[in-house]
Amino acid sequence: MAVANVSAHDVSNHDHHDHEHKDNFITKYIFSTDHKMIAKQYLVSGMFWAFIGGLLSVLFRLQLGFPDMDLSFLRPLLGGWIDASGKLDPNFYLALVTMHGTIMVFFVLTAGLSGTFSNFLIPLQIGARDMASGFMNMLSYWFFFVSGVIMFASLFLEKGPAAGGWVVYPPLSALEQAIPGSGMGMTLWLIAMTFFIASSLLGGINYITTVINLRTKGMSFSRLPLTIWAFFLTAVIGLLSFPVLFSAALLLVFDRSFGTSFYLSDIYIGGEALPNTGGSAVLYQHLFWFLGHPEVYIVLLPALGITSEIIATNSRKPIFGYKAMIISMLGITILSFVVWAHHMFVSGLNPFLGSIFMFLTLIIAVPSAVKVFNYLTTLWRGNLRFTPGMLFSIGLVSFFISGGLTGIFLGNSAIDIQLHDTYFVVAHFHLVMGSASFFGMMAGVYHWFPKMFGRMMDEKLGHVHFWLTFVGVYMVFFPMHYIGIAGFPRRYYSWTNFSFSDMYTDLNMFVSVAAIVTFVAQFIFVFNFFYSMYKGRKASPNPWRSNTLEWTTPINPGHGNWPGEIPAVYRWPYDYSKPGAKEDFIPQTVPLSATPESNLPHENKLVQLEKEIMAEEGDVLVANESKES
Amino acid sequence: MSSTAIEIQSKRGVWGGGNEPLKASYGKLMMWFFLLSDIFTFTAFLITYGAIRVSYPAYGGEAADFVSSNEYWPIPEMIFDAIPLVHGGHFPLVFVGLMTFILILSSVTMVLAVEAGHRNDKKDVVKWMLWTLLGGMTFLSCQAWEWTHFIHGTDEGSMLTYVNSLGNVVTETVYGANLIVNEYGPAPFAQLFFFITGFHGFHVTIGVFLLFLAFYQAAVGVYEKRGHYEMIEKIGLYWHFVDLVWVFVFTFFYLI
Repeated sequence: MAVANVSAHDVSNHDHHDHEHKDNFITKYIFSTDHKMIAKQYLVSGMFWAFIGGLLSVLFRLQLGFPDMDLSFLRPLLGGWIDASGKLDPNFYLALVTMHGTIMVFFVLTAGLSGTFSNFLIPLQIGARDMASGFMNMLSYWFFFVSGVIMFASLFLEKGPAAGGWVVYPPLSALEQAIPGSGMGMTLWLIAMTFFIASSLLGGINYITTVINLRTKGMSFSRLPLTIWAFFLTAVIGLLSFPVLFSAALLLVFDRSFGTSFYLSDIYIGGEALPNTGGSAVLYQHLFWFLGHPEVYIVLLPALGITSEIIATNSRKPIFGYKAMIISMLGITILSFVVWAHHMFVSGLNPFLGSIFMFLTLIIAVPSAVKVFNYLTTLWRGNLRFTPGMLFSIGLVSFFISGGLTGIFLGNSAIDIQLHDTYFVVAHFHLVMGSASFFGMMAGVYHWFPKMFGRMMDEKLGHVHFWLTFVGVYMVFFPMHYIGIAGFPRRYYSWTNFSFSDMYTDLNMFVSVAAIVTFVAQFIFVFNFFYSMYKGRKASPNPWRSNTLEWTTPINPGHGNWPGEIPAVYRWPYDYSKPGAKEDFIPQTVPLSATPESNLPHENKLVQLEKEIMAEEGDVLVANESKES
Repeated sequence: MSSTAIEIQSKRGVWGGGNEPLKASYGKLMMWFFLLSDIFTFTAFLITYGAIRVSYPAYGGEAADFVSSNEYWPIPEMIFDAIPLVHGGHFPLVFVGLMTFILILSSVTMVLAVEAGHRNDKKDVVKWMLWTLLGGMTFLSCQAWEWTHFIHGTDEGSMLTYVNSLGNVVTETVYGANLIVNEYGPAPFAQLFFFITGFHGFHVTIGVFLLFLAFYQAAVGVYEKRGHYEMIEKIGLYWHFVDLVWVFVFTFFYLI
């Protein structure tokens, strides 16, 4: 009963700020209930997993780009997975792509992105002392941690980790005899994912509740920064889709370990009949993609929210179409639940049903395009400041466009017959979801690093990191479109057995070299991150001259965020370059009555109401704080 | 305590920040959102049931002449027709109806406990929590009997042809049910029965544990000292949810 245990400590009297926390190392850095520390834990874990996931991709890119290469030099790392002739074991190749997908989608871009920035920004930007339940928040991180330990351990199994693809379709994943990876590796994968789902549920329930209940005075939903809208909707999507993955996984556990046949029917393996009868493998696909597709938006929406904030701040312009942004995010949220079968066009789905899912899928292009045009029109004629965060945000918009366009091809159920499971799909989702979200995450780190650690990251290194990564990503994924149109299936260990594939060997080599360069370039970021944490230039309280509430806290906010009373909010967060204003930004905490020179006509009408509210609020209870009477 | 009711600002509006717009503490909201996600878990299971159920033909003949076979889905009231202490009787759905009634009754006593909590009436809270707890435990005991009977089966059994766990096709008389074969119908019939009623029973078990916790804390005066009985309300939400899910499980397995 987590709920019961924590109800006492989340409410701090505003007069007991700055009291000496008797935090020791363990309660401050390990079992912390402070949302900022939990966010940093998620960030560092996410970075760790990004490097594992990236390293795995480099390993299989070596195989794909240089199929004849002698990989004996990897034997110290991979041991028996490099055979006597210096070749990568084909079963381990399958495990590599599986684990790369699992790690990147769930551990980096779900936990690393949402976990970091939802935790860090929700209380700071809505004006709350902490999450609704700090204890559950801590539990959420530690469930994620346990999940990671189990997944990591599975990499070292004798028969290798799960190898059935990150989607773990049965019967391949359900039958231990099928491939080596379907044994213990698959079991650990399922256990790890169960912990992961529990973690994301604990986190998501907390985010939603916090946004609903703990907004400071004046912070209505129509004054929320778009980051918070994005995190809020992401949490809603996760809350409704992850339980279905849980159901799918639990049924799979029973099929694997207890002899049921929910997904299995009429199977002969090695000439032997299996007793299983009556199940359906397509049923698993439906259940999986009911999570799997919303998961795409769980990954993407936080990145889009972060981008909205950073682009507006660094263009010194209000975000174009604030309401349109919210409505399109709502549209994406709803649509994300009704398009899942577009992953199953070639699974034997009724073609008529396919056409319905195609129609619903293509509708998503509308809110996505609205968001893209809003980014572009926000940038248009702005006073652009090319900070690293801004560059990565613009990079996200670029990937979102170029990757989104190919989505229109893939969403078409007829064209998908040719393109399904080829490198065209790999190129599409790595651009629109993988790289775009990764860039959103990077943008967020560069932008909020001063708030996290009180120091600035080095801008020059940030620029180098951006350009190498940006160019590298396009070099890696753009050629894959051609390889895919030519009909190369994904997840294949080798193509050299097919004569038609010889003509693209050099292109694959090019992709592999680009992937290695891009991977190595990430070490610039790691160096910058840890170096700046200790030696970076000291940050000013509001280094980006931003409007949102987190910049009204001290440079290194303590547990509780604001030393005094939580500030109230009087305006939306995008008053940049307002005509007539003294500065080119007006923080949310500045009342309308204090800025008569820049108020618009309808705002002038609100001044009277604002004054009345301020007058009556002198002596009432304040959000989450009990005023001493 | 954050659950203290906060006066709503007339001028700022309910959603204007600085209050609890849904008039619910964060703990209660969390319970609601957890239940929302749990609805999706159960829905996925019931959809699985539906998908596998419709892939089998229904029994074609008169209900009175029903004979079990693994070629078609059985008629539930011909399967679930036993009651304790009466050997070999035919009382269709009597026992499960009683179980359902007990569970729904425990929801009623739960409501009374919550209502007593609003009045800060410790004696009544304890009394109604005890009744709810007993209802939950009775339901679980009934389910244990139901499962036992389902596993042991009838005296006659059924003659079935199926692939056994060694991969051989066998024709033999089958008694009762396990996850490979059962005398009542196709293998997924018993698999789904065990899986879904088991998952629901697991929820009830957690519920009984929570009920006991709340009963104990109410009895020793923890909530009285705290000044409110919100924990009873939160656990009540969960308990009603578990009952509601049972109504659907009951409908799927016993009525359709």
